[in-house]
Amino acid sequence: MVAFLIRRLGQAIIVVVGVSLIVFLITHMLPGSPARAILGIQATPEAVRKFNAANGYDKPLFVQFFVYWKHLLQGNFGFSYKQDLPVRTLIATHAPKTLLLVGLGFFFAFVVGIPIGLWQAVHRNRVDDHLLTSLSFVGYSMPVFWVGMLLIWLLAVANHLFPAESPSAATVGQVLQHPLSLVLPVATLTFVEAPGVVRFMRSAAIENLAEDYVRTATAKGAPRFRIVLVHVLRNSLLPVITLIGLTLPLVLSGSIVVEKVFNYPGMGLLMWTAAQTRDYPTLLGGAIVIGVATVVGSLLADVLYAMVDPRVRYAR
Amino acid sequence: MTQQATAVTPADVSQEPPRRLLAPRATSRLRAMGRWCRDHKLGFAGLVMIVLLTLFSFVGPLIYHTDQVHTNLTAVNLAPSLKHPLGTDNVGYDILGRLMEGGQSSLEVGFAAALLASGIGTLWGAVSGYVGGWVDALMMRVVDSAFAIPPLLLLLLVGTIFTPSVLELIIVLGLVSWLITARLVRGDSLSLRTREYVQAAKGAGARNPRVVLRHVIPNALGTIVVQTTFEVANAILLLASLSFLGLGPAPPAANWGAMLSNGLNYIYAGYWWQIYPAGVAIVVTVLAFNMLAESVRDSFATRLIHA
Repeated sequence: MVAFLIRRLGQAIIVVVGVSLIVFLITHMLPGSPARAILGIQATPEAVRKFNAANGYDKPLFVQFFVYWKHLLQGNFGFSYKQDLPVRTLIATHAPKTLLLVGLGFFFAFVVGIPIGLWQAVHRNRVDDHLLTSLSFVGYSMPVFWVGMLLIWLLAVANHLFPAESPSAATVGQVLQHPLSLVLPVATLTFVEAPGVVRFMRSAAIENLAEDYVRTATAKGAPRFRIVLVHVLRNSLLPVITLIGLTLPLVLSGSIVVEKVFNYPGMGLLMWTAAQTRDYPTLLGGAIVIGVATVVGSLLADVLYAMVDPRVRYAR
Repeated sequence: MTQQATAVTPADVSQEPPRRLLAPRATSRLRAMGRWCRDHKLGFAGLVMIVLLTLFSFVGPLIYHTDQVHTNLTAVNLAPSLKHPLGTDNVGYDILGRLMEGGQSSLEVGFAAALLASGIGTLWGAVSGYVGGWVDALMMRVVDSAFAIPPLLLLLLVGTIFTPSVLELIIVLGLVSWLITARLVRGDSLSLRTREYVQAAKGAGARNPRVVLRHVIPNALGTIVVQTTFEVANAILLLASLSFLGLGPAPPAANWGAMLSNGLNYIYAGYWWQIYPAGVAIVVTVLAFNMLAESVRDSFATRLIHA
């Protein structure tokens, strides 16, 4: 286990450096120069020179990369000149709200998706299996924003069941004070994530149903529901865990769109607003945080997997 | 946006080289295609949908003439009628005509971006798996790193740097979509490089680039074709999301995502015709490519079982 942890951690660190390199290089693709992008085209050459000297942009690229890393390690993600706040503050206030949204979305996707996948595996190749497969197919072909729009249309405009917009809350606590306004954004994320869970669960359960231990349990006279709900369910949950790490980047992409549709004040909306106002420091700082969060997320999923399934640890 | 995840479900990514899809002679080739359509109703349905969508987008405007360049402020937000079967939008564009225009850009960009992504991913993956060792490790960590940044976030970043033209959109979408292909082809390449015929080619004096291009990549073609089809669906979805966020091509260029983003502004006014058509168009298109890809993947998998 220790060897596995070290190897996997080493990989994760390399990937984090890679992510930072990509974001760093994008910084240098900014129109003109970072100075021009931040100070604007009207800035005098003198102001640009001062800005470059102050931020170390006059040094060679690899030196800048090290300085950039030093800042990152110190928790300095840059300064948003548009919002007049350190990027770190912006991220600290927005990230928890996205974590809440994405976490709830995943939770309900599993709550909905696991029973359906299991049901399909047990009823494999029957009418209800085909029907549910078709439905999940349509489900994962739907764009996130359209799902959100349909939910707004059906549940907020045509029937006034839930509010269509999230409160502009500053903290997670304030968001939670309006639980009804969370319903539609979370439902949207659930709707787009659940089909993936269903498909993974179905194929994992089908594989497990063919295993020897199922035959043994049947031979021992264990009731069918016990075999399915205890043995097969437990063993099929394993690959589903990996789905969290695997789909995290896509889910975060989806949450940018969901936050835009529902005006939910999380990282996604922060990034979208930053893109609209060309607030580069916020965009780049946010990209680093989201990239690192993704790496850590899939690392945790892998470690969790290795903890429950020893075979993973020994496989190269 | 979960197709990418389902595209890498472990069980169906085969390490074996796929057999040739079609028999050599033309007549038997046609017959083989007919047989494939009969055996894979899902894929056949997807194929028919793609053909119909292409006709709708490219032949449709030749029959159904609308002005998709000049706005018409005397005919804004009209409900569906005989003159405008799907109504008009907030600047007076006919929505049916705009759907056709949007279909053109979706299909063009989707295809081109997917081909580009496959090209990059195939080369990257084939070389990585074939060379192995630290080169492989390095190349795959690059893939991991790029994979960790959500594609839409990368597009958002790039979208702020410049307003993309169609060609630039294709390039950008291609550049964020090659990662899964690279991983899958690398997997194939890892096992292919130990095959006898690859060893034989090397023994006969073939240089590495030739071995990769003539022996490794052609034998990973099954994986590549399937993944490219999935990528078309993904690229169309990404393009729609990007346009929805206001970072797609500028008007009067038509796009399904931008149409929906407009519709969202009028959702409280109850203009349902600005919500349904474009959404349905996206779902049908993406679904068609996913169905086709799934079917082709199944047919490769079953042939392997029978082989």
